[in-house]
Amino acid sequence: MLKQRALLGACLTAGLLSSPLYADTLRISIMGEPASLDPHKISGTWENDVAGDLFEGLITEAADGERIPGVAESWEISDDGTVYTFTLREDARWSDGEPVTAEDFVFAFRRILTPATAADYAYLLYPVKNAEAVYSEGADPETLGIEALDAHTLQITLERSTPYFLDQLSHYTAYPVPRHVVEEHGDAWSRPGNMVSNGPFALQRWQSQTRIEAVRNEHFHSHDDVALERVIYFPIEERNTALNRFRAGEIDVARDFPTQQYDWLQDNLPEATQTAPFLGIYYFVVNSRDGHPTADPRVREALSLATRREVITEQILGTGEEPAYSFVPPGVSHYQPQQPEWVELSQDERMSRASELMQDAGYGPDNPLELMLRYNTSEDHRRVSIALGAMWEPLGVEVDLYNSEVAVHYADLRQGDFDVGRAGWIGDYNDAQNFLSLLESGVANNYGAYSNPEFDSLMVEASETQDLDERGEIMAQAERLALDDAAVLPIYYYVSRNLVNPSLQGWENNIEDIHRSRWVSFED
Amino acid sequence: MLYYVGKRLLQAIPTLLIVITVSFFLMHMAPGGPFDGERQLPAEIEANLLATYHLDQPVWKQYLLYMGNLLQGDFGPSFRYKDFTVTELIMQGFPVSLELGLWAIGLALLIGLPMGIVAAIRRNSTVDYMVMGTALAGVAVPNFVIAPLLALVFGVLLAWLPVGGWNDGHWRNMVLPVVALSIQQIAYIARMMRASMIEVLGSQYIRTARAKGLAEYEVIWGHALRPALLPVVSYLGPAIAGIITGSVVIEQIFGIPGIGRYFVQGALNRDYTLVMGTVVFYGALIVLINLIVDLLYSALDPQIRYDH
Amino acid sequence: MTTEPTPTTLPFDGNSAGESLAGDAWRRLKQNRAATFSLFLLGLIAIACVAGPWLTPWGLNEVDWNAFTAPPSIADGHYAGTDANGRDLLTRTLYGGQISLSVALVATLVSLVIGVLYGAIAGYMGGRVDNLMMRFVDIMYSLPFMFLVILLMVVFGRNILLIYAAIGAVEWLDMSRIVRGQTLALKRREFVEAAHALGVKSTTIVTRHLIPNTLGPVIVYVTLTVPKVILLESFLSFLGLGVQEPMTSWGVLISEGKDMMQSAPWMLLVPSAFLAITLLCLNFLGDGLRDALDPKTR
Repeated sequence: MLKQRALLGACLTAGLLSSPLYADTLRISIMGEPASLDPHKISGTWENDVAGDLFEGLITEAADGERIPGVAESWEISDDGTVYTFTLREDARWSDGEPVTAEDFVFAFRRILTPATAADYAYLLYPVKNAEAVYSEGADPETLGIEALDAHTLQITLERSTPYFLDQLSHYTAYPVPRHVVEEHGDAWSRPGNMVSNGPFALQRWQSQTRIEAVRNEHFHSHDDVALERVIYFPIEERNTALNRFRAGEIDVARDFPTQQYDWLQDNLPEATQTAPFLGIYYFVVNSRDGHPTADPRVREALSLATRREVITEQILGTGEEPAYSFVPPGVSHYQPQQPEWVELSQDERMSRASELMQDAGYGPDNPLELMLRYNTSEDHRRVSIALGAMWEPLGVEVDLYNSEVAVHYADLRQGDFDVGRAGWIGDYNDAQNFLSLLESGVANNYGAYSNPEFDSLMVEASETQDLDERGEIMAQAERLALDDAAVLPIYYYVSRNLVNPSLQGWENNIEDIHRSRWVSFED
Repeated sequence: MLYYVGKRLLQAIPTLLIVITVSFFLMHMAPGGPFDGERQLPAEIEANLLATYHLDQPVWKQYLLYMGNLLQGDFGPSFRYKDFTVTELIMQGFPVSLELGLWAIGLALLIGLPMGIVAAIRRNSTVDYMVMGTALAGVAVPNFVIAPLLALVFGVLLAWLPVGGWNDGHWRNMVLPVVALSIQQIAYIARMMRASMIEVLGSQYIRTARAKGLAEYEVIWGHALRPALLPVVSYLGPAIAGIITGSVVIEQIFGIPGIGRYFVQGALNRDYTLVMGTVVFYGALIVLINLIVDLLYSALDPQIRYDH
Repeated sequence: MTTEPTPTTLPFDGNSAGESLAGDAWRRLKQNRAATFSLFLLGLIAIACVAGPWLTPWGLNEVDWNAFTAPPSIADGHYAGTDANGRDLLTRTLYGGQISLSVALVATLVSLVIGVLYGAIAGYMGGRVDNLMMRFVDIMYSLPFMFLVILLMVVFGRNILLIYAAIGAVEWLDMSRIVRGQTLALKRREFVEAAHALGVKSTTIVTRHLIPNTLGPVIVYVTLTVPKVILLESFLSFLGLGVQEPMTSWGVLISEGKDMMQSAPWMLLVPSAFLAITLLCLNFLGDGLRDALDPKTR
């Protein structure tokens, strides 16, 4: 498959794409300007694109997203699953030649969890013993469950056995930071000129809003296997600009493209257009708080029944998204996908059932239901929201659309000032718990304030279960409860969208859409 | 002259004060805050962040604090771009915007003035209609349509020029954005030049000059041009403001790291310090430009003297 | 702002002579073919925008589930194609015209009222008051206007009329300078002095004698402000700060269409054509009016 693509690609390259200027430079458009390159101060996927090339964690990602050993050479896990002992590579070096030691990891973990660092994403490390206490209760960072036994032996103690912990160690929140540099420069350590990193590439230049340049790190342990000499990241928010620059051969990889152009791309750049299932759910929150019509499960179910997801995925988006009837995306490990029982019904049957439910709830053509639907500014969200309004109209629902920027949107969702609201969740790691925890009572990101004690107790039970498959089954039970309650309105499972120069080798689509530059090269 | 400049600069102080105050309170009135995002921060961390940036204080206190820092030339840290201060961001972006803007205004004058003059001389002829029709096409289409159209035609389809990026100001990267940015101003300048030229050509002293039997080009170059330029010169202030506005669009479409993008993104991200920094900077810039334009005006118009 | 326009006629009171002035201007405007044709086209567009949405076979927010991003087709009744949500583009464009035009009119009207009153008062009072009032205008000129508009949009985003009233409230500066210049020149003329001598109140002089006589340049300026505001509206739409669904405007439609210029060109062309024709017509009309009202170009 790969070979075939490359062959066709060669033909295409001659025609549509001018070949790259230097075959050892990769030019990527990322979706926005990074807020920082300090792995403790970032939270966006586009920042991950850069940080993941600059740093390497204990565990790292292969080309296909599989987890492979990174700085850690080997490890042992205690029988109760709470103590991890890692042996670090002797040849791991920072880009200034200093060795990467267990101390650097200890320093990094303590730093990201120190409240003064104000790391958005530190909670991902909560499985580590005392992490939550340090982060949000002001406990002494020294009490954190991480210890350097010697320069190349690291021991991490967890609160409780956490099956997905190794996966999580490849996340940027678990990257080491160079203690010697951070202590010298303070918060300015991640700026060009100061920055030292341990990954396959090292930062060379960062001109805000236009380009970030990284060069191959000669001190990286496997630098001989890295084909590229240089990676240039262009932050481009306008997807159409990225598309145009890709077409003009100015960039080799565009990390997203506009959905509306998909048909055109399939006709004109079929070899470059890559879509693949992506670990994320696009959904609408329905407000379960008292006083909102959507607090009535019948209304929620009726809305869900009337939502023609196939129309949205095929007509409105059409980039290969899968219609979603469940909250946990397919492809999650140790988990069986769930569905509400009405999925088997035809659209007409669904509509008549929806009308009945609405009538039972006291709504109908003579007593229309007015709903406040919020979405954040984006072409796709706008179009999906409009379609929802049109689909619900036959039920006698009148939708008022409210559009705002991201910051305002989520603030409004949290305050509960909506009936139906756009939301999305990209899995932080490949585990159902990361999704289902959004529906637990009192969780910050449970925007709709869905609350079901039975669901909560199942989730607690799952977290205490060691056997992965048994744990998965308990969580599936919980999800079925939530689906019966129509707790949220799933619309579709995300797909990743990339434009990739066909002469690029080693690019593999994967469910987390993680692509590290060390694995790719241009064919000769 | 120096006295006049000094006086004008002193008068700029209340102007800037108004600019700062209005935008400060507007920004803080906007719903949402700089740390509201897709994922909720733990309450302790949010409190911590707010305290770090003094956002937990009453707004009037924040205002005083901001003014205090500003007087010391400190624009503060950017809330969003954590690796840079606002001053650094402005200093990175401004040279880019300035270069782009100067080329654009230069091009607009270079093309707009002759167009206006020719149209005025050949008033109501086919030439006039053609020239003004072309110029007007520039105002009839928003520049956010012209810019991607140029990128598509010259960048993608013909592949003559880069589609985007700045590339440290390489001329090839500058052509399309400069053209896109100047098109609207070409139209305005051409129309203004035409109108004022027509007015001057109809005036008494041009009739006198003609009556004296001067050659037509002498009448136009020697007598009419200078007074006819006056309205255009006084339009330069608004023109530059227009270019700044346009650059917000152009920078976004062509991916140019100028200052206009910072403002828009700052406003959308509620990056208070970045927004304030760009507003103050531009406020000062516009004051300065207006001063320069007025001085230029006095140099051209013998009736105005600023010395007394 | 640069040359102080001289008053155009020597009217004694607002009425009989004013009519002949208007009649004279009208006669000369009619000789200008470009301007009359523009006026005609503008009328046509205005009527189409008001009446059109009722006449087209599709409703404003009606979704044609069989035609997403469909090219123009007579058979389906989508004479200008559909948008990416399957809604009829012609209906939306005409409706968007209502919004764009009324938004422009509101903003212009606000700027007209403030600018004319402010300018007339400054010019009539003269002296220190005039000086002070004009200093204020100078200060306003130095504001980074566009930035303030964006901030206003961020703060009051949902209420479009309020926003455009606010834009009008900032757009009045040029207007006030023009009117002041006119007033300064006019107030030394005999008919104003006569009114003074007869003991007519100041407010009456300003509203009955001065303002009507500044109308010429003001009308010209209005025809130039309307396109400015329409463009401003489209600029804000591009930034995502335009009017909200389910309403639409030309600016919103164009900024949706610009991304589809290659795959669905009608989405860009149809609203752009309406916008471009309107702007061109307004500009031609403005030029024509200037020529018709200005005695020096006779």
